[in-house]
This record gives sequence, C-alpha cells and structure tokens, in this order.
Amino acid sequence: MHSFGYRLNGLLTFAVTILALMCVIASLSDNLNIPSPSAEIQIMNINWFQKQPKGSDEVSLRMNISADLQSLFTWNTKQVFIFVAAEYETRKNSLNQVSLWDAIIPAKERAKFWIRSSNKYRFVDHGKNLRGKEFNLTLHWHVMPKTGKMFADKIVMSGYSLPEEYI
Amino acid sequence: MSYFTQNSLLSFLGYPVSLQTFLPLSAPSLHFTMDWQGQKLAEQIMQIMLLVFAVTAFVAGYVLGSFQMMVLVYAGGVTLTGLITIPNWPFFNRHPLNWLDPSEAEKHPKPQVTVSSKKKGFKRTIEPAHRLDPSLPTANLVTLA
Repeated sequence: MHSFGYRLNGLLTFAVTILALMCVIASLSDNLNIPSPSAEIQIMNINWFQKQPKGSDEVSLRMNISADLQSLFTWNTKQVFIFVAAEYETRKNSLNQVSLWDAIIPAKERAKFWIRSSNKYRFVDHGKNLRGKEFNLTLHWHVMPKTGKMFADKIVMSGYSLPEEYI
Repeated sequence: MSYFTQNSLLSFLGYPVSLQTFLPLSAPSLHFTMDWQGQKLAEQIMQIMLLVFAVTAFVAGYVLGSFQMMVLVYAGGVTLTGLITIPNWPFFNRHPLNWLDPSEAEKHPKPQVTVSSKKKGFKRTIEPAHRLDPSLPTANLVTLA
C-alpha cells in the first residue's frame, strides 16, 4: 500500500470482489423461500374454430385467468414472467405446446390478479388434429432475480377440450 | 506491485516521479507521506471496514427486504472507507523514518563495492553503511555507489 493510486486500486478491487460475494449469497438466500402459488383458468368462450387455408386448425379462446403468485417474490426478485400454454398430444407428436398468453409481473403487489382475455398468440396446430381434442392449460412462471439464479416452475390444469366440429 | 510498474503508474497519474521516489527531497518536503507502519494500518483498516460494511449491508437488506438498501449501505461504506484509508492523513505518519541530512551524509563516505575475481566467477562484497545512532530505527536500505 505504497501510494495513493495503489491504495485506491486495492480498495476498489476488494470492494468489487466483496460485492460479487454478497450477490452470490443473496442468490443462495432465494433457496430459503418456499413458494406456494395458486392459479385457475376458465375457458369462458370459444370464439371461433376454423381450418386455415393451408390446412391447419386454428382456435380462438376467451380465458379467465386468476392467480395468486405473491409467495414467489423475494427481496432478490426483479420480476416474474408468466405464460399460459396449451398442451396436447397428437398421433405424430407426443407433446405439443402452444403459448397462448403471457405477462410480466413487476412487483409483489401485482401478483394476485385476475384477467379476462382472448389468447394473445394464435393457437394453431400442425395439421388438423384439434377437433374434439382434450388439452391441458399450464401456467408457467420464471422468477427473474436481481442477481443470480432464475427459478422456473409451472402448474398444470387439465380437463379442457375443444368442440368436435368447426365453429 | 513491482517497483517499476508502480513508478509508471505514478507518472501516469501525474505524480512527480524519480528513481528516488522512496527518498524525500532534500528541501523540506511539501508532500504528505505515510510511513511503513501507517501503510500497514491503512491496509488493515480498509480490509476490516469493507468486511464490516458488507455484512451490515447484507443484513440490513435482508431484514428490510430491500436489495436497494443493501447496495446503498454498501456504497456508503465503500466511500467512507476510501475517505479514511486513501488520503495521507497525519495519523498514518506517527512513526516517521529519520533520514540522514545531506550534510551529515557527506561526512560519512558511501560504502565501497569491492570486486574480487576468481577463476570460477567473481564475488562482490559490499560493506554496510555507517549508522549514526544505533538506538534510532533505521531502514535496512543499502545505497549503492
């Protein structure tokens, strides 16, 4: 520690190293949080169900999504990204996933909500497999931290089905 | 930091640099300096203060549930530590070294370097510098002719 510049360099390096360690510990502290989220999705209405000109099926739904995701937030959470996906099985693929709607929850206060919305993104199949199809609606969430590891999980809600004939 | 990189860093920062950076100017110096004990003290203070502020900041942030609070407390701690340890405060200079006056130094000759050559390489012997007063603390520097 001989001169002004030397001490300044030493101080800044040590300070930044300790800051990095603090961020690692903050991220590890997220594991102490055990979340207990809940969600429910109702399909209020099937707006239309048609075959596209090129031959694929397409559906438009209106959903009522209600959820309580407040327990996902910790002191180290920047935002929570959620999306709703429809999952179903066809002859060709054992699992098809189509994202219907998503949102960003920036703060804990906004994490308990309900929203009625038609699907933001098109529910299109590869083929003509959707008539009478039974599908699950899954609410996925990604807890994005301020520093460190991102946690992702989901709730699967089953029992939804599409009409037998095109509307 | 090695002697030469430190010198180049100092000259880059605008400090007057000569090879005799460690020795004071012959006129009364306007530079404030730290002595060796002071440098050690400054380093210890810096390390301890930063660790204490880091722990305090983390606990404060965790308890209040605010990441921003942690960063603010820590930034304040770093600034405070910098203000205390970086400038050459007088309390870092409580054990100053007593260098010889130039006029005194002339009365005592510089040590001679004797070179004796043998068949297998040659050996240099350097006589130690004279000490004015054994009771005063002296730095163990050897000046070469």
